Amino acid sequence: MTHFLEPNRIPIFQIGDCLLLTIQVDLEDRMIMTLKDDLAERIAKTHAKGVLIDISALDVVDSFIGRMLANISAIARILDASTVIVGMRPAVAITLVELGMSLQGVRTALDVDRGMELIRRGAAEEAARLHEA
Amino acid sequence: MPDSSGSKLPALLSRYQDRILTDWIAAQSDVGVLRADLMREAEIRRQSRSFLTHLTAATKNGVNFDIESDQWQDVRDMLTEVTNYRVDHGFTPTETATFILALKQPIFECLRDQYKDDPQILVEEAWSATVLLDKLGLYTNDIYLRGREDIIQRQQQEMLELSTPVVQLWDRIVALPLIGTLDSSRAQIVMENLLEAVVESKAEIVIIDITGVPTVDTLVAQHLLKTAAAAKLMGAECIISGIRPQIAQTIVHLGVELPQVATKADLQSAFAHALKRTGVTFTGQ
Repeated sequence: MTHFLEPNRIPIFQIGDCLLLTIQVDLEDRMIMTLKDDLAERIAKTHAKGVLIDISALDVVDSFIGRMLANISAIARILDASTVIVGMRPAVAITLVELGMSLQGVRTALDVDRGMELIRRGAAEEAARLHEA
Repeated sequence: MPDSSGSKLPALLSRYQDRILTDWIAAQSDVGVLRADLMREAEIRRQSRSFLTHLTAATKNGVNFDIESDQWQDVRDMLTEVTNYRVDHGFTPTETATFILALKQPIFECLRDQYKDDPQILVEEAWSATVLLDKLGLYTNDIYLRGREDIIQRQQQEMLELSTPVVQLWDRIVALPLIGTLDSSRAQIVMENLLEAVVESKAEIVIIDITGVPTVDTLVAQHLLKTAAAAKLMGAECIISGIRPQIAQTIVHLGVELPQVATKADLQSAFAHALKRTGVTFTGQ
């Protein structure tokens, strides 16, 4: 199930038990809805533990996209995958804060490297907790 | 205004040059703008003589009252130099302008001696000399103000640049020591600088140290919170340190809450917290 050649779809890559998607185009509302569905299915299918969303190419994030990113994160959490949004630009961060959206409950990291680190650390902590219990 | 081509001023200036110079310096002394404490007399003499020479040259082919014209270029340059010298040496604008205006009396006296039998010419010449010297005096005022404005602008720029330094404390840890009052425009610059620094230095933890901020009101607290939230979105954590007891009281009193922002009493404990968060440990002492 690859979507590489289909227009209006954002490709999702799998690295180990992580899913990586980078948003390289201006997001249309429909695209992110499709992305939400695709991602939910992929997580369920691959039993992924982490989702990395790279938005470093995005100049503009409006309130709809912000809410969608929060939704995606919540859906992933229910499917037992933690989401990390990486690479947000300063201007985008300022705009979101000014809009009053601080993406509660969404984890963020500076770049893909750091995001991966965060997911691994989270997984390790979880393993340690289970081991203790 | 008298016919400029028939002006007697140029001839008068060259004829009585030495006398005018002596009287002028005496007149400057009389009205108290000589300021021997700020400037040596030789320098005053040099500036005065140089001005007279340039004035004579500029009016050689008739008096042109438009001092912005090419004819007055040398006089303008000379006045700019004299004024800037005086700005640097602590003269007031009045003292600088009076340097020119004090020239009226010696010129009037020469005019009186020369034309005491012809009141018509005397009045006309006195008027044209007045108009000319007033213009030149006002010109020094302009230059003076421009010089001051340049200084103020430069200082403003320097202060803005100085006021938001971002310091790298450790791998992944940066600090932003804030000094002075935080108003809206500065808070905006602080926010932008900080977020840029997060990208550049790949910081994971940002310590905002407000030891040097005298007061924190709701607006400033709001700005700090926004900055922290924006940093959080980019994947960096904010710690606010240096909150003085009084400011802590104010924050509680104002009902401002600081959720998701760690606050520490001083930079030291903030740094210790930051090191712990990034997993740095020290062995030995």
